[in-house]
Amino acid sequence: MLDLRQYASLGGALRDALERWPNETCLIEADRERENCRLTYRQFREAALPLARALQEMGFAQGSRVAIIMTNQSKWLISAYAVFYGGGVLVPLDYKLTPREHLQLLAHSEARFLMVEYHLWRALTQTVGFQHLRVEEVLVTEAPPGADLTGAHSTSSGQARRWEECRASREPDFVPRDRTDPAAIVYSSGTGGQPKGCVLTHENYLEQCMALTSLYPFWPGVRYLSILPTNHAIDFMVGFIGPFTCGAAVVHLRTLRPEYVRDAFSRYKITYMSLVPMVLKNLERGLRARFAELPWHRRFILNRLIALNRRLTRKRPRLALSRLLLRGVHQAFGGELRALFVGGAFTEPATLQFFYDLGIPVSNGYGLTEAGTAVTLDDFNPFRPDTVGKPLPGMEVRIIAPDADGIGEVAVRSKTVMSHYLDQPELTAETIVDGWLQTGDLGRLDPTGHLQLFGRKKNMIVTAGGKNIYPEDIETVFEGLAVKEFCVFAANYLWPQRGRVREQLVLVLRLEAGKKFTDALRADLVARNRRLLDFKRVGGYVIWERDFPRTASLKIKRNLLAEEIRDRLDRADAVVPL
Amino acid sequence: MRTTEQTLEEVLKLAATHFKVAREQLTPGDDFFQKLGIDSMQALELLTRLENHFGIELPDYEMQGVSDFRTLAERIQSRL
Repeated sequence: MLDLRQYASLGGALRDALERWPNETCLIEADRERENCRLTYRQFREAALPLARALQEMGFAQGSRVAIIMTNQSKWLISAYAVFYGGGVLVPLDYKLTPREHLQLLAHSEARFLMVEYHLWRALTQTVGFQHLRVEEVLVTEAPPGADLTGAHSTSSGQARRWEECRASREPDFVPRDRTDPAAIVYSSGTGGQPKGCVLTHENYLEQCMALTSLYPFWPGVRYLSILPTNHAIDFMVGFIGPFTCGAAVVHLRTLRPEYVRDAFSRYKITYMSLVPMVLKNLERGLRARFAELPWHRRFILNRLIALNRRLTRKRPRLALSRLLLRGVHQAFGGELRALFVGGAFTEPATLQFFYDLGIPVSNGYGLTEAGTAVTLDDFNPFRPDTVGKPLPGMEVRIIAPDADGIGEVAVRSKTVMSHYLDQPELTAETIVDGWLQTGDLGRLDPTGHLQLFGRKKNMIVTAGGKNIYPEDIETVFEGLAVKEFCVFAANYLWPQRGRVREQLVLVLRLEAGKKFTDALRADLVARNRRLLDFKRVGGYVIWERDFPRTASLKIKRNLLAEEIRDRLDRADAVVPL
Repeated sequence: MRTTEQTLEEVLKLAATHFKVAREQLTPGDDFFQKLGIDSMQALELLTRLENHFGIELPDYEMQGVSDFRTLAERIQSRL
C-alpha cells in the first residue's frame, strides 16, 4: 500500500494510487446479472480528471463544497475523486433520507455544487422548499434521454447539467491541501432542528486508513463488496479510501436484494464486506434455512464439521482449514472471503458465533462518525463475540467516571477525531473536551483491553440498520397533535438498561385537561407515525398526568421530565404499543 | 392491461403467500413492516417476487419511503 504518512491530503494519496496501479481493476459495478462497468485505475483516472476540469471551469475552487446524493455506484467515487483532486470539500449525503431532509442538509452545508442521481433529483424538485435550494451547479447522473432538467433555479442556466456530459479536455489543476484542512462534512444524523455536520480533515481519513489497514490489509486482487451507503463513514473508508490506497478493487451493486448480494460473493470472489447487523442477521437466516433443507444425513455431517471447526479455531481463525472442512459453505461465499466487518449497531453474540463456527470471521467493531469511523475492532486474538474488540492502533479509549462495575462514558482521543461540528461551536465544545471525544455511549474496558458496550447515555437510538435517530428530530411530525404537550424519548433513555436491546422510541403525551385518549387521537398518531421512514417510527406511547417541566424560554426540560417519568412509571406498564 | 385494483389484489396475494399469512389478514392500507413484522431486507425480497410475477424491473429506490401495499401497487402499475 501507499505510505500514507507521506501524504497531506486524500487527493494527493489517491492521485498517486491511480498512477501506481494503472492496470489493476479498481471498480466493478453490477446490476443484477449485468455488469455496468469495470474500470482499471488508469480508466478511473481518465473518467475523473475531465470531470475535475469541467468543475473547475464552472467555478469550482479550493474549499468549494460539493454534495453527492447517489446510491453506491462508480460515479460516486469518480465524483469524489474529482472533488479531492481540485481541493474541494465533499458533502456526502445519505440517499435514503427524504427529499425534505436532503434540502435541509444542502442548505445547512452551504454546498455550491450538487451531484445527484436522476430519480433523487426528480424527488427533490417535487418537494416543498425546493425553490429555496441554493447551489450554483447541479450535475445529474443517468438522466434518461429527453428528461426535463429544468428547475435548478439558483444555477446560472436555470437547469441541471448531465453529469455524463461534464467533461473538459484540458488537464485539471491539482490543488494541494494541508492535513488539517477539511476533507468532508459528514452528517452523522439529526435532520430536524439541529443537523450535525462532522467536519473531518484529510488527516482524520489518512490516519483512520492506516489504522484499519494495519489490522485488515488490502492489496491488488482483493475485492471489497460495497453495500453500505458510501456516504457512511465505514463504507467511505473501507469501500473507497482503504482499497484505493492499496491497489485493491471495490464492487458496487445497484440492487441490494439478498439474493443478488449472495450471488455477488461467488461471481466476484469477494474478500471483504462491511455490513450492518440487520443484513448479517438476514444472511444468517438464509444460511440456516438452507441447512434446514438438507437431507438429515448431510445435515448431521455438516453439524459435526461445524463442531470440529469450532474446536480447531477456538484460539484463532484458521482460514485454510475452515475452507477445507466446510468447503460447500465457503464456496457459496465465493471461496475467497477472509472477513466480514459489522458495526453501527448492536450485534447479537450468537450471530457472530454462528459465522465464526463456519470459519467466516465477522469482526465486530465500534465507531462513530465523529471519531472518523472505527474506534475498536475485533482482531480475533482471540475471538470475543461479547465485545466490540480492542482499540485500533492510534486510538486511546478511556472510561469517564466509571461506576463500581467499571461502566462509564466511553471517551476517545486520536488523530481520527473530527475537527468540529459545522457551525456549532457550543456543541463541539460539549462533545470534544480537552481533546477527548465524549461518545455518549456507556462501556467498560475489560482486563484484556476489550471494550464492552452497555447502552447510551444520550437520548438517542441506533437501529439495527445502523442509523442514529435523535427523538428530538421525530417530534416535528407530531406537531399540531390534539394534546396539551408531547415529547419523544428513546425508551432506554427513560428506563436505562444494561444492554443494547429493545431500543424503541416512545411518545409521551400530556392530554388536555379533562380529555381522554380517544380512538380518533390514536388514528391520528398512527397516520402521522406512518409519514416517518419505517426505521424512525415511534413504537409506543405513554400517557403522562403532569405538566412538563419547562425552562424560562418554555423549552421542555427533557432531563428532568425523563427523571420524573423514570421515578413514577414502570416501562412494562406504561408503554402502550402503537 | 391490468387495472390498479387488479395489480393491488395480486400484490396482496403474493405478499400473503411469500410471508405465509392468510390473504384476508392483509388490507391495502396496511403498513407491511408492522403488519408482517419484516425488515427492509425482507421487503426487498418481496420486490424480487413481484418483479418476476409482473415481468418488470423495479429499482430498489422504488421501495424507498413506501410501506403500504396500495402505494407499492401504484408504483408497479406505473411501470406496467
